[in-house]
Amino acid sequence: MTIRPPLGRIAAPVTLRPHLPSSGLVTPSAPFRREGPAKLTGTALYTDDLVFPGAWYGQTIRSTEARARLLGVELDPGFDWTRVVVVTAADIPGANIVNSIQDDQPILAVDEIRHHAEPVALVAAPDRALLREAVAHVALRTSPLQPVFDPLASSQVFAHYDIQTGDVEAALAGAALVVEGEYRVGHQEQLYIENNAMIAVPRDDGGVAVHGSLQCPYYVHKALRRSLLLSDAQAQVIQAETGGGFGGKEEYPSILALHAALLARACARPVRMIYDRHEDIAATTKRHPAIVTYRSGVSADGRLVAQEIEIVMDAGAYCTLSPVVLSRGTLHAGGPYACPNVRIRSRAVATNTPPNGAFRGFGAPQTEFAAEMQVNRIAEALAVSPLELRRRWLYRPGDTTPTGQVLRESVAAEEALERAAEASEFERVRARTAAARTSRVSRGDAADGHLAHGIGLALAWHGAGFTGSGEVHLESVASVELTGDGRIVILVGSTEMGQGTKTIFPQLVAEALGVPMDDVEFAPQDTSIVPDSGPTVASRTAMVVGGLVIGACRRLRAVVEERSGAPFADSYRADAQAHGPTRIDEHFEPYPGVDFDDTTYRGDAYPAFGWASAIAEVDVDLDTGEVAVRSVVAADDVGRVIHPVLAEGQVEGGTLQAVGYATIEEIKLRDGRYLNDRLATYLIPTALDAPRIETILVEAPFSGAPHGAKGIGELPMDVGAPAVVAAIHDATGVWIHDLPASPERILAAMASRDAESQG
Amino acid sequence: MSVQFTVNEEPVELDVPGIRRLLDVLREDLGLTGTKEGCGEGECGACTVLLDGAVVDSCLVPIAQVDGHAVRTVEGLAPRRPDARNPATPDNLNLLQRAFLETGGAQCGICTPGMLMAGEAFLASGQAPTDPAIREAIAGNLCRCTGYTKIIEAIALAAARREAPG
Ligand code: FES
Ligand code: FES
Repeated sequence: MTIRPPLGRIAAPVTLRPHLPSSGLVTPSAPFRREGPAKLTGTALYTDDLVFPGAWYGQTIRSTEARARLLGVELDPGFDWTRVVVVTAADIPGANIVNSIQDDQPILAVDEIRHHAEPVALVAAPDRALLREAVAHVALRTSPLQPVFDPLASSQVFAHYDIQTGDVEAALAGAALVVEGEYRVGHQEQLYIENNAMIAVPRDDGGVAVHGSLQCPYYVHKALRRSLLLSDAQAQVIQAETGGGFGGKEEYPSILALHAALLARACARPVRMIYDRHEDIAATTKRHPAIVTYRSGVSADGRLVAQEIEIVMDAGAYCTLSPVVLSRGTLHAGGPYACPNVRIRSRAVATNTPPNGAFRGFGAPQTEFAAEMQVNRIAEALAVSPLELRRRWLYRPGDTTPTGQVLRESVAAEEALERAAEASEFERVRARTAAARTSRVSRGDAADGHLAHGIGLALAWHGAGFTGSGEVHLESVASVELTGDGRIVILVGSTEMGQGTKTIFPQLVAEALGVPMDDVEFAPQDTSIVPDSGPTVASRTAMVVGGLVIGACRRLRAVVEERSGAPFADSYRADAQAHGPTRIDEHFEPYPGVDFDDTTYRGDAYPAFGWASAIAEVDVDLDTGEVAVRSVVAADDVGRVIHPVLAEGQVEGGTLQAVGYATIEEIKLRDGRYLNDRLATYLIPTALDAPRIETILVEAPFSGAPHGAKGIGELPMDVGAPAVVAAIHDATGVWIHDLPASPERILAAMASRDAESQG
Repeated sequence: MSVQFTVNEEPVELDVPGIRRLLDVLREDLGLTGTKEGCGEGECGACTVLLDGAVVDSCLVPIAQVDGHAVRTVEGLAPRRPDARNPATPDNLNLLQRAFLETGGAQCGICTPGMLMAGEAFLASGQAPTDPAIREAIAGNLCRCTGYTKIIEAIALAAARREAPG
């Protein structure tokens, strides 16, 4: 048996792993990140690094109230307005709507202000000092209206779902044990280190080109066409190097691009709109807060027989992507456990707070936190190990989900769980922490005080790709071209923002065509060049778009080999010379046998699921309630690993975001305004807060994707928080039902436990 | 005011307001956009540069304080300053940059220039490259992508190679 290293930070050298030969040569399965050298030398150009001579600076005038009637935008007559431009809703040529799921969000508010920091007018000036001065001379005339802040009191519902299977009431009535719980999670800020940024440049054809930090060029493209009445060619969207997205640059860049484009149109010059951190936190989307309640029934022989779940998500003032976020949260709320009787009801409601939107995990981290809390509390009630209980209940091939989806293949819940448990020696550590807890109680807390160690476990599933029939509606296209001069170029609208798309796609193409990776180019993310491959979201890039790219390669290879009678690698250059360019556009075809009904919410909610387990170890200071997360073992099933270093990077990064969600990340609100809207007050984990993270990549390939990959980005986000909170319970004996598990909440829970046990 | 200093060993003379941030001088006046801005308040470390070898947040440093001193930025790390003639390639990187490339220490890359400068200062300090010492050295630099694991690995790898060259 191996001996675990002592806990806490040991002054040992960092282990240099064997797969990094010191010569610097890396195995072919893990080529260097394509754009790595540019990023490492400071030559990669992010939006704010781009220079456009003569560009003006733009700024947004925002509301300072959560809800009000907007009576007017007043320009101080004492100020010389000829030196700047001002744009209001009246200047929008097309629809004053940010194109999204519902047509409810205005580009600039007109009659009613619905949230704090809502855009009302825009100003641009040739320099920053004049801009500041101009902005100070704009005033909004308003009269207050009664705002709604409590999602439970809101009557405006953006979306709702009801999933039913079996008879929950009867099953609960017959259950030997019923465990109830209510769990609350708050806003979480994506906190990409590069703020939202966009530069709009007028085009000679009357259109506009926008260069920006963004995930989904074609979302922005559609928004520009619609509201500025532009043709496909007149609206051009170019992704600059993007300093992180995590969902936060999925839908938000549309409104920012519209603002910049409107100003550029007004002053007939390039306009830069680079948010500072304060504006970015105050105004842009966050993870949806949620209130999730459960009633779970367990039979006398220990089976999970009933789950009754209700979910309320706070969408904020406008719909944005809330119906899809809610849908994913709803579909994952049962957790990765077989249960014959399930009812899940959910709704996303409006409040007078800034709109919430996409963030890694997209609704699932909220509900899976609650689901895992529930399983851990049931394990406690049954006095079985949380590992053992999951072994009994987890999905195995052939099981059926609440929507009636039969999990035919690629089911790796068990493998993810067992491998994480083994690597962390879960039961052994748990026995030790239990012994420590017992001796602490017998000696009295004060006797040794201070640090209590705990270990906690979580398991999750995450649907790969878009929910339901979403992929079919997207009609994604990906192309591979053999150019006339003999180059191989990948043309996809899938953006790189750190996850490695620019490296992984050339790898897939090189493999499919049998050519060296260096011979494969990745076309720039510019809507005038690349097709619409659907948004870069939902961890769908590797699985869905990667699958299309491989399909295109196979067809290209067949065409060239047919013409030349020789292997592609030996013949493609000559083929290009003889036949000119050959471009293959591969269109998405529904995965065979995958069928979902949007109206009844029955069927195959996702073509496949990824599976993840996390086991966290924490130290809790019993005097202060402070938590240090020491280690996380993360086992994530990604279908097939394309690039181990990049895959591990995704798991490590996602795990730390989840640790932040669990322990310190919290938005405080007053009157609908975010109070801690600065980096000094909204805290994210530093290197000192970050645990040691051990990644285990599990591979349960999905047969519907030619390469078996299922996507990876979001899995670690689903399991980290419940694992940490379970570890806090293991250390302290108290459950924290609301995230984050802050020192205040932990101390309060311990105090009320102690009061109960004495009273 | 007129200020004189060096950036990556090249002399610079400028006439700018003394309160102008070093960050803006680098990015806007000198066109050195490798140094990034993440918060402008000394919280994120994206703007980290070395001032006479010491780690500073260039968003907090008024240019008047730089007069007569030496600034080092990410642009000064590679053996040959990357430009159109010397493109950024895996072969034109210094020891630490190369280690970041190999371990996967840069994801989105926006924190990377600051991380590299903090890492350079750590390597120059000659401290033993233990896990806690490296974490301490980059504690002022936020990264939202990596979980820090591969950044720490990169700095340790560079330190190990410095000890045992070749
Ligand atoms: S920009 Fe200087 S510390 Fe964030
Ligand atoms: S690599 Fe993206 S913030 Fe560090």
